[in-house]
Amino acid sequence: MTEATANGHQALHAANDAAPVSHDTHQEHPLKTYFIVWGWLFVLSACSYAVDYIGIQGYPRWALILIFMVLKAGLIVAVFMHMAWERLALAYAIIVPPVFILVFVAMMVLESEYTLWSRLTFFGAGP
Amino acid sequence: MTETTMTNTSPPARPEGLQGIAADWASDQRAFKNVSWGKAMMWIFLLSDTFIFGCFLLSYMTARMSTRVPWPNPSEVFALHMFGRDIPLILIAIMTFVLISSSGTMALAVNYGYRRDRRKTVILMLLTAALGATFVGMQAFEWTKLISEGVRPWGNPWGAAQFGSTFFMITGFHGTHVTIGVIFLVIVARKVWRGDYDTGARGFFTSRRGNYESVEVMGLYWHFVDLVWVFIFAFFYLW
Repeated sequence: MTEATANGHQALHAANDAAPVSHDTHQEHPLKTYFIVWGWLFVLSACSYAVDYIGIQGYPRWALILIFMVLKAGLIVAVFMHMAWERLALAYAIIVPPVFILVFVAMMVLESEYTLWSRLTFFGAGP
Repeated sequence: MTETTMTNTSPPARPEGLQGIAADWASDQRAFKNVSWGKAMMWIFLLSDTFIFGCFLLSYMTARMSTRVPWPNPSEVFALHMFGRDIPLILIAIMTFVLISSSGTMALAVNYGYRRDRRKTVILMLLTAALGATFVGMQAFEWTKLISEGVRPWGNPWGAAQFGSTFFMITGFHGTHVTIGVIFLVIVARKVWRGDYDTGARGFFTSRRGNYESVEVMGLYWHFVDLVWVFIFAFFYLW
């Protein structure tokens, strides 16, 4: 049993040592990839500006803004910052924590709705 | 077998004191297998910066949702009078394109850095810095215009008083990031120009030998600045 555990530890250490620790992979990709993404970023920015220029209002406006925003952010993180080629350990460590900001958003939406309700109730409908 | 393994793996004498603390915390394991510590630490710094900007945008959302005074229409506030008519948000649109262009040149600079093409790397990094400086200049123009129109952190002529405070806070913090980025771009470009990463010269700050990954780490920061602007553009200017 002791031996088995020790061997297990050994195997684990061996696996860790076998990993290319000293060999840091360089992010080198064809230039074409960057130019394509660059072009798309321009197109998406022009689209989100067009939303305001044309004057789309209400839910379609918010939906379009969010879609273009997420696409742009995704392209920048995935290609320009090379996250698409990194190992999942790094990608998850960096990308998952910001998701909790959305929880914070939900909390503050409830909070500000309550604040607005109490302001309208006790101070009237505004100047 | 077990015994010999145990005795054989007993580590050599470890450093004591403050060096010991650093050595112990840095020992044994490595979570990010093929990423250098410099790149991993830049990512973690960017994660913390994400939370800072996230909190700014959250407080902006809370202020805007909870006020009973109408919010000033950014489309009109940031319009410029050009060619005989008001064009909505035109300055912000140009700033967005300038920053995206700088992100593209930075990505190319990283690529040419790994190809050991020092000349192209330096030119592209300086171009990135120039575009960043242009962005900050346009932001200074925007601030000047708004301040002259009476926007203050405590009030403005068009509506909710929180407009000014959130605007100056968010864009000011972002502009500071861009400014710091421009300074460091010039520093790293100078190192590439002198060939510090080829000769293994020691850095002025950490006394470590750098390599061309420094360009990529610099690029991570720069792309993050662009990334933050994507969110500010969507939530503050377009919403």
